[in-house]
Amino acid sequence: MTRTIASPAAVRQVRYLTWIVVLAVLITVSLVRVLTDQNRMTTPGTLRLALIAACPILLAGLGGLWAERAGIVNIGLEGQMLLGTWGAAFFAYHFGAWAGVAGAIAMGALGGLLHGLATVTFGVDHIISGVAINIIGLGAVGYLAQTFFDGYEGGGPRNLSGYAVPREVTIPGISSAARWVSEQRWFLISDVAGAIAGVTTRLSLLTILALLLVAFTAWVLWRTPFGLRLRSCGESPQAAETLGVNVYLYKYIAVVISGGFAGLGGAYLAMVASSSFTTGQTNGRGYIGLASMIFGNWNPTGVLASSLMFGYADGISLLSNNGPLVHAILLLLAVLLLGYAALKFRRGERMTAYVVAGIAVALFAWYLAVDSVPSDFTGMTPYILTLFVLAVAAQRLRMPAADGKPYRKGQAG
Amino acid sequence: MSQLVRRVTQMVTYSIVPTLVAIAAALLATAAIVWISGAPVGGFLEAMLSVPGQRDLVIIVNQASMIALSAFAAAICFRMNIFNIGVEGQYIIGACAGAFFAGSGIVPGPLNILATLVVAMLAGMAWAMIAAVLNVTRGVSEVISAIMLNYVALTLAGYLVKTYGSKSGYTFTTGTIPPSSQPLGFGIFSGAPDVWALSILAVIVAVGYSFLLGWTRFGFDLRTAGESRTAALANGINPKKMVLITMAISGAIAGLVWMPSFFGSTHTFGIPEYFQRGLGFTGLAVALLGRNTSLGIFFGATLFAFLSTQSNRLQSVGVGRDVVEITQGVVVLMVVIAFEISRRVKARREQESVARELGATSEGVRA
Repeated sequence: MTRTIASPAAVRQVRYLTWIVVLAVLITVSLVRVLTDQNRMTTPGTLRLALIAACPILLAGLGGLWAERAGIVNIGLEGQMLLGTWGAAFFAYHFGAWAGVAGAIAMGALGGLLHGLATVTFGVDHIISGVAINIIGLGAVGYLAQTFFDGYEGGGPRNLSGYAVPREVTIPGISSAARWVSEQRWFLISDVAGAIAGVTTRLSLLTILALLLVAFTAWVLWRTPFGLRLRSCGESPQAAETLGVNVYLYKYIAVVISGGFAGLGGAYLAMVASSSFTTGQTNGRGYIGLASMIFGNWNPTGVLASSLMFGYADGISLLSNNGPLVHAILLLLAVLLLGYAALKFRRGERMTAYVVAGIAVALFAWYLAVDSVPSDFTGMTPYILTLFVLAVAAQRLRMPAADGKPYRKGQAG
Repeated sequence: MSQLVRRVTQMVTYSIVPTLVAIAAALLATAAIVWISGAPVGGFLEAMLSVPGQRDLVIIVNQASMIALSAFAAAICFRMNIFNIGVEGQYIIGACAGAFFAGSGIVPGPLNILATLVVAMLAGMAWAMIAAVLNVTRGVSEVISAIMLNYVALTLAGYLVKTYGSKSGYTFTTGTIPPSSQPLGFGIFSGAPDVWALSILAVIVAVGYSFLLGWTRFGFDLRTAGESRTAALANGINPKKMVLITMAISGAIAGLVWMPSFFGSTHTFGIPEYFQRGLGFTGLAVALLGRNTSLGIFFGATLFAFLSTQSNRLQSVGVGRDVVEITQGVVVLMVVIAFEISRRVKARREQESVARELGATSEGVRA
């Protein structure tokens, strides 16, 4: 594989292509919705659920991005997120909603600091430290909940409810207008309107914060000198060192911010996705966040896109009586994969095209064979989907060059 | 003789002392958390350090056997430099397949046990192969695919039991093992239940593991490929083939993880009541703690089982039992930190001694 430096014209062409692909996907979704008469596929309610399910994954994914861009694999996101759920509940109960958010970030950052201490100062293998932090996080949250929440009003040894959460806002005018349009079930227009209504109705302030943080991350990491130095620690710490960057410091900053993001993701789970705290609330979302980061190719917009996909699959698994809807989504997947296979075939990647087309045909056969998908399978959808897409796309992903590698000061020759 | 003495001293200084220091530090750190949260520290330490009774000893042995099996599944992959976080899913699938097979009673009598073990191993292996094949052919990170497969395994097992099992109480379960295929345990204490018969699997796997890695050509290839895939390739070892075989063995061991409990206690399978989740993750931690050696893993598994069992006493002194998980996590972290420090100390000492000897001969040159 040869690498060439993209000319501005080529970049413009890629952007142009991206928009065409997005439009094609939208048209396919809309077509399948009309054909199968599964209007719930793009109603504001479904899309709002999807957004709420996506945000914790997004925040964990962004957290992972911060750490890995500085060369630290943070598999401890899960534990840091768990600490965040407890921090949110505890501080919100005593001092109000935003103190809860701050407390969650602080608890997550504490987990990140521990990871930094182990990996940066002591040079421990990043995976080992992460696994240990996940165990510690699980234990700490269980213990702290039992010790503190048991005596609270609305609390028990494993749960707490009745604390303040951030406000929800509805954008007047746009929300109701988009909702009206989405109810008309027009081709394409109603689907877009459904998405608009979904993000303008009863929108939690934390959701807005999460979405702003995507832009913030992209700006800091790619548009500021600070971000450049941080990323240089992930690509080649020795080179960064020779340029006078304090690599240890940057790695610490990155991993603490990473933990803070994970903690905020925990707050989102305990305050928006559900208004109460229970132990073990993350249920593996830290790991999914890590997957969404890899899936998003260590890129903020990529993380956003992949966590929205996870969120959508997660969201529809929460809908009641979703068998027919998932059944319709089988058809959607089959059509999309077929389109992807055609694209690959045109580019000359014959083998990939055949495999993808084979999967598409198998999905189509499954669609024809049954009327409804058992509810257990809808829960699996996000995970199987990820496996599919990874199998097809894995080779095009590129992680930071020095990601997960040990670094000691003074190695640079 | 002096060689032996030196090896023993080295082991004590660079393995045993750091481990003991790490365990002590982890207990102290946990005690500090207990103290900060305002719970009785004295009661905590007393409960944790008390001598377990006969019944508890049996539980410790039983649990340690399952944790050790899971740790061996993880360890063989670590030696190949693969991070098999998928042990969790592999042992769920192994347990589910084994339980269906054993419950159906296709093979009569005690032979059913052996056949079930084979089925469980094959099922775990098949599940591991999904991640392995995706890794080898498509370059998919085995960590990510295994995380996905863990969820799929749990849901799939639940679906299979619900669809093909029978209802007992509020949960669905697979059929119960025929009484003729239920092995007797090892009765060590007269006043306590038996140790599960299949706990012995952990010992068998441990011996096999040590032999395979230490005494066979395959083990040598595996460790070489683990150290450096390029070096392995240059020496005619195909790293991709090694990944496939290693994952297959790991999956097969993972399939056995829950078998001691299945044949020794529950005799049926159903999530969540007739199953024990989370052993895969515990195994990972124990493999790391035991530095992927048989003895280390046995020690780590016993320690983890001991800590969990002792935690049952904590409730009576007013300390939440989850605090033990903090101890377990901190032990893993502390052990690796302690080893890293002792490695640095060792390297510095060696450098110093080399410099001293060189210095004595090259004194004149430098002047």
